[in-house]
Amino acid sequence: MTHGSDPQPKPSFYRNKTLQVAIRYGLMILLAFLLFAGILLLTGNNPIQSYRDLFAATFGSAYGFSEVIVAMIPILLTALAVALPSRIGLINVGAEGQLFMGAIFATFAALAFKDLPSWLLLPIMVGLGVLGGALWALLPAYFKSIGLVNETITTLLLNSVAPKIAGLMVYGYWHSARETNMTPSFVEAARLPTFFGTRIHLGLVFGLILLAIFWFVMKRTRWGLEMRAIGGNTQAAKRNGIPINAYMLIVFCIGGGIAGLAGMAQVSGFYGLLIPNFSPGYGYMGFLISWLAGGDPLGILFMSFVVSIILTGGNMLQITIALPYAVINLLLAFTLFVVLARPSLPKLHKRKTA
Amino acid sequence: MSLLSILGVLSSAIFSGTSLLYATLGEVVNERAGIVNLGLEGVLLISASTGFAIASKTGNPYLGVLAAVLAGGMVNLLFGYLVVSRKANQLASGLAVIFFGYGLSALIGKPFVGISIKSLPRYILPGLGDLPLRYSSLFKFDVLIFLVIPVAFLVWWFLFRTRWGLGLRAVGENADTAFASGRNPQLIKFQALFVAGLLVGLGAAHLTISFTMNWTEYMTGGRGFIAIALVIFSKWHPLRAIAGTLIFSGAVAFQLLLQVSGIPISPFLLDMIPFVLTLVVLVIWGGTRKQSAPASLGRVYQGTE
Repeated sequence: MTHGSDPQPKPSFYRNKTLQVAIRYGLMILLAFLLFAGILLLTGNNPIQSYRDLFAATFGSAYGFSEVIVAMIPILLTALAVALPSRIGLINVGAEGQLFMGAIFATFAALAFKDLPSWLLLPIMVGLGVLGGALWALLPAYFKSIGLVNETITTLLLNSVAPKIAGLMVYGYWHSARETNMTPSFVEAARLPTFFGTRIHLGLVFGLILLAIFWFVMKRTRWGLEMRAIGGNTQAAKRNGIPINAYMLIVFCIGGGIAGLAGMAQVSGFYGLLIPNFSPGYGYMGFLISWLAGGDPLGILFMSFVVSIILTGGNMLQITIALPYAVINLLLAFTLFVVLARPSLPKLHKRKTA
Repeated sequence: MSLLSILGVLSSAIFSGTSLLYATLGEVVNERAGIVNLGLEGVLLISASTGFAIASKTGNPYLGVLAAVLAGGMVNLLFGYLVVSRKANQLASGLAVIFFGYGLSALIGKPFVGISIKSLPRYILPGLGDLPLRYSSLFKFDVLIFLVIPVAFLVWWFLFRTRWGLGLRAVGENADTAFASGRNPQLIKFQALFVAGLLVGLGAAHLTISFTMNWTEYMTGGRGFIAIALVIFSKWHPLRAIAGTLIFSGAVAFQLLLQVSGIPISPFLLDMIPFVLTLVVLVIWGGTRKQSAPASLGRVYQGTE
């Protein structure tokens, strides 16, 4: 969490440390794959063949790899939505709800202004998507800033409300003539452009740019310094005249806005319509990714890549070995368990010397 | 609207509320020991699928209940390994348990999709046996429904009237102080989680073996999150949890009544009630909340090394 505030270490040491971290995470992910191999064996499948399929499906072809990137877009954004407020010590469990509100607001624009040209409609959708997510974060941030209710609880509660608003709008007002459980497909002008003939859409650019901005702001600006100060010691920051409440409100709402953007990107870039249960827990995955990466930008990129390999590979496993798609969540869970249960670094050193 | 339809709605509200109350009671127990289990949804799913599988294989619903209860305890022990032994972050571990539950329950439940089972036998409320059949069938409940209120009182008694409960609450308030007074916080946290898992397992068993009588993926449909909301709503108190569940079940019943009577109101709007209500109550309590939540809720006990 306080990674950025460390004094600049010497290059050789730094290189070793990066290597150490890479090896540690590599081993942990390997262990998770071994555990899941046990599950595959128990269910009478050949784990080696299954993993060969999984990696062939994700790394074996350009299209397969592009699908991994497509799966990465929403979780990269929701991870950022959690990581930013975490820098000032706010816990945003609510990316799931903010994602839904972003999707709902963007869908409203896509359906209401469908006659507008693309260059006008898409910015409106982005703006409304961000606004939806930010509004959904405003209430928890406000209550937190006046010291009334903890943001963890309020964001969690609002997570359960937002999908019901989506259901209300889709079933009640927006559904297409033929099917009641989804909106009609968006017009072409309301779709984010895709690249290289794959399903990779502009959302990836949003994610990478925001990641770079996040890194730059935290490392190189006064805002980043003040945010790290608040996250490090709120009282000390307050006495130094940093406007804590303003930071809480603004940073939390920006976080919500990013999650809203993820929702907008998902409905506009990926589905091209809104279904009330379009998220398999992107917000929660984002929370876990941000937490696993300790809010570090490169770590977020890496962890969301790993998680999207698992998610995409799951599709393949479902096709080749007749397991339900949901079973891939086990591989995800094992990865998380192993990382959560990892020995902390000092202990590792102790064991080495012992 | 006939009396019959009103009674029918009440009866189904009781059936849907029971599993919720068990799950809420379970979460009250572990939160009183200072541990937030956001993974309740996952625990419910694993318990429900295990219970259903055993009930279906053996043909004995009570064995199914037993399996569900034990499964709940086991999953919570796994969660305890992460958050107590390994000192992992409770929110992240809880979310990981949710994904674990999605995966494992899909695996366990896969051969049982579309299969129906012999449900728990239902008994008529005493003294109502003389009613005409179409009425009396609405007052037939299984043993888990009859037990849920006594269990709530039992949990209250254990938490507030026994030494074990005192120790458990002490750990939830301040584990270091509890340790200084000769208790073993880690052991107590594990015990609390195990008991909580058993209770959640009862809820899951009722949901799948008695209420729906079938298995589908993701069948809990957010009940775990509703239960977490109800724990806060009931201020971490087992008896107030009864009231909280009644309000929620009332909302469900109200919604069904409106549907029966043909008033067009979206079920989604009513599904928001428990969450919005909890939010409003939290805001109204404001400052007083601090006295009711266990003081070290969610905090990692580092121990004395």
